Amino acid sequence: MSNTQEFPPPVKWVDDRLGIAKIGKKNLRKVFPDHWSFMLGEIALYSFIILILTGTFLTFWFKPSMAEVQYNGSYSLLKGLHMSEAYASTLDITFDVRGGLLVRQIHHWAAVLFIAAMMVHLLRMFFTGAFRKPRELNWLIGFGMLFLGIIEGFIGYGLPDDLLSGTGLRITNGMIQASPIVGTYMNFFIFGGEFPGDEFVSRFFIVHVLLIPGIILGLVTAHLFLVVYHKHTQYAGPGRTQKNVVGYPLFPVYTAKAGGFFFVVFGITALMGALMQINPVWLYGPYNPAEVTAGSQPDWYMGWLEGAVRIFPGFESHFWGITLGWNLLIPALIIPPAFVTLVALYPFIEGWISGDKREHHLLDRPRDVPTRTGVGVGFITFYALLWIGGGNDLIATHFGVSLNHVTWFLRFAVILGPILAFWVARRWAISLQRADYARLTHGLETGVIVRSPEGKYTEKHQPISTYEAYSLTARDRVVPHEIGPETDDNGVRAPRRALNKARAALSRFYFADAVQKPTAQELEEAHEHAHDADEIHELTEDTETYREVTSDRS
Amino acid sequence: MSDDKNLPVVKDDGEHHGAVEVAEPIPDPGLEPHEPRITDIDPKAADRVERQVSAMFGLATLLVLGACVAYFAIGRDSILQFGPLSGNANNMVMGLCIGLALFLIGAGAIQWAKKLMVDEEISEDRHAAHSSPEQIAEITEAFKQGTAESGFGRRKMIRNSLIGALGVLGLPAIIFLRDLGPLPGRSLYNTIWAKGIRVVNDVTDRPIKPSDLIVGQLVNAAPANLAPLQEENPTEYQNAKAKAAVIVVRIKPSEIRTKPGRENWGIDGILCYSKICTHVGCPISLYEQTTHHVLCPCHQSTFDLSDSAKVVFGPAARPLPQLPLALDSEGYLVAQSGFTEPVGPSFWERG
Ligand code: HEM
Ligand code: FES
Repeated sequence: MSNTQEFPPPVKWVDDRLGIAKIGKKNLRKVFPDHWSFMLGEIALYSFIILILTGTFLTFWFKPSMAEVQYNGSYSLLKGLHMSEAYASTLDITFDVRGGLLVRQIHHWAAVLFIAAMMVHLLRMFFTGAFRKPRELNWLIGFGMLFLGIIEGFIGYGLPDDLLSGTGLRITNGMIQASPIVGTYMNFFIFGGEFPGDEFVSRFFIVHVLLIPGIILGLVTAHLFLVVYHKHTQYAGPGRTQKNVVGYPLFPVYTAKAGGFFFVVFGITALMGALMQINPVWLYGPYNPAEVTAGSQPDWYMGWLEGAVRIFPGFESHFWGITLGWNLLIPALIIPPAFVTLVALYPFIEGWISGDKREHHLLDRPRDVPTRTGVGVGFITFYALLWIGGGNDLIATHFGVSLNHVTWFLRFAVILGPILAFWVARRWAISLQRADYARLTHGLETGVIVRSPEGKYTEKHQPISTYEAYSLTARDRVVPHEIGPETDDNGVRAPRRALNKARAALSRFYFADAVQKPTAQELEEAHEHAHDADEIHELTEDTETYREVTSDRS
Repeated sequence: MSDDKNLPVVKDDGEHHGAVEVAEPIPDPGLEPHEPRITDIDPKAADRVERQVSAMFGLATLLVLGACVAYFAIGRDSILQFGPLSGNANNMVMGLCIGLALFLIGAGAIQWAKKLMVDEEISEDRHAAHSSPEQIAEITEAFKQGTAESGFGRRKMIRNSLIGALGVLGLPAIIFLRDLGPLPGRSLYNTIWAKGIRVVNDVTDRPIKPSDLIVGQLVNAAPANLAPLQEENPTEYQNAKAKAAVIVVRIKPSEIRTKPGRENWGIDGILCYSKICTHVGCPISLYEQTTHHVLCPCHQSTFDLSDSAKVVFGPAARPLPQLPLALDSEGYLVAQSGFTEPVGPSFWERG
């Protein structure tokens, strides 16, 4: 009976042309694991969709032209002023198109959210090791989207041609100009001559509405295809192994949850657009190259670059008739690209250090790879300190300290801070691992103190559930990559000895201090010991600083 | 945690891999048993959730309609005051209605999925990403056959000439972009300042006499030939302004430390400097009378106007260029010449 089943007519029409049953049979019930941190990528995706929708609305009224016009719209404070058509049309969207301000603000909030979500999503990938084989390419694609998203946001910020955005572009212009040899040429080609000229809004517009969104759309497609193709990673746990994926089916649960979540994200950005002002361009006035607003701040994702440029001391070299402005070369043209290149290549760097060539579908808990976690925290600290540097004037005025002190503090802190943060995070992760180890071997502290016949006070411990114990042990035992023998059987020196030594040293640094999970034998011994002592663990031994809060105690 | 327990039990394979497989200390107990939710057991609870979810969807419908009504009913410029919230009423009401509606649709769907849809987790097998040996053999064979049939490997001349032709295609892609802009030429070295050009207040466009300035005063100024440009060519006007903006300051002559060669560049303590920061080109704006420091608001470079505008703090590397001043026959401030060096941020060929 079932083999004569037919689709109802409209579906049949489609199926006759596309064979949807063939495409859909595997995917309709495709399994997606559930975890809050898996929603970060979704937020990024949904804000991108919101950006396309709201951006399209804006294009109906926005005039990407720098031709000078006299403003005659309904915002009385700027009436009669000369300004570019771009700025005038942004004012029209804001004051004369109903819903225009709302959509402009949703567009800007969604942009801020888009980039924030991608960045936190990237951190999730990093700290859980989701970038490992076979997902390195998707890491690169994701990184590419983040990079393009930041450029896209920055260019969008420049479109309204108000005083603030013009100042931002002028700073960019000055940075480009500092590039060796090609600087002035690049500027003249990008801006169509001297700054500001009358070209950049129309050029940036087409890059903003077509070129970059088009590329991002292509990358999103590839990214999602790979997620489906590789299947989602999952956290280790009972029944969740390298060889399976456990979760809810695409249809109906995941569709309802993810689809519903799209509306939640859209709803929240709409509420933000309704209630929270962002980029009030009418307050800044049209761009005027002889003016600047004090305390001006770029969108948050440009803050770290701003900070790097702010705290770098004013070094410049002059020789052989050329000028090298290190004060821009290093903080704007060398450090940021180097930083992002390290981030982009991290999966390959770690892969080389660990020598691990297996596929990984189970996520690491950050504590289980203490050095990676430390590196990540170090990177975040570096980024955050530069970001703080981007507001050094605000910090100085807000806390009533001298700007010079803030700047000098940051000059040292950006170097020492990440090292300290690395070390603290790494130690922290290792002690969390020790806590897990103790939890496995000794069980939970119950808080119940028992007095033995000899008068010794001890705390009663309770073993943890098998499910939990399994989750805690379901991870790799990682040992450092070993350096091969000095010479091979024929006494020939192994090639690339120095590189190999460096690799082995890095690998020891990465993996040697991590606490391994107990072996079966150790677990057994520990439990027997607990039995002997009647599940009693001596209080005096218990010098660990952590304490487990159990439900029966709270 | 001594070292010996970390010893590998089974090496992964011949290579020195970092990871080692040991028999798991605890065998996989399998998926945790499914805990039924209250809505799975109690039909009343399930009905309650159903009513809840449909109420959310129903409310969303009303809110969407409300947004449409607000579009027409609320004036474009009416203002809403609501506690700390104030703003354009049209914007806020429409945004609130649409935002809440979207939120409710989403929240309803999620609630439905969480409380009513079957919540038993299912498992699906994974397969390694790489191809099977047979697939590899098959495609290698097919590829070899294709190469052989095309003669691509054998007919080297065709191959090389094709590579050459395709490679050279990159050239027009670059060359055709040449007309994106003019070449820089000398334009960054010059401003519209020249000998005899009057210094005018940049708001009123009036020329400035030394007697207009008291000690401690700073005026934003421009060359007198700037304003006429605005009518003629607004783009040129902006470009010229971006380089020619200056500040004129009057400092007590005894507090000025004049650089050799600049003795006659000022008039009774009146000095004129480029307003364009030598860091990345923001117009500097904040003046502190007592110290004679000007501060650039962009990255806080600070220049000492009494000391040839040298950098006293911040990321800028060079002093602000100084414009030599003179008085014309009517006693107004004029430039002795243009700037003697390029204004604004550094560039490679600047020297
Ligand atoms: C892909 C990510 C995108 C990001 C991060 C982004 C970001 C931005 C930002 C920050 C602004 C300044 C808004 C303001 O405060 O005025 C802006 C303006 C604008 N965007 Fe986008 N955008 C994106 C995609 C798009 C798309 C796909 C379109 C069109 C199809 C678009 C069209 C516009 C228009 C016309 C403006 C100028 C209008 C105005 O400023 O009022 N954007 N964008
Ligand atoms: S532009 Fe003036 S300090 Fe950077």
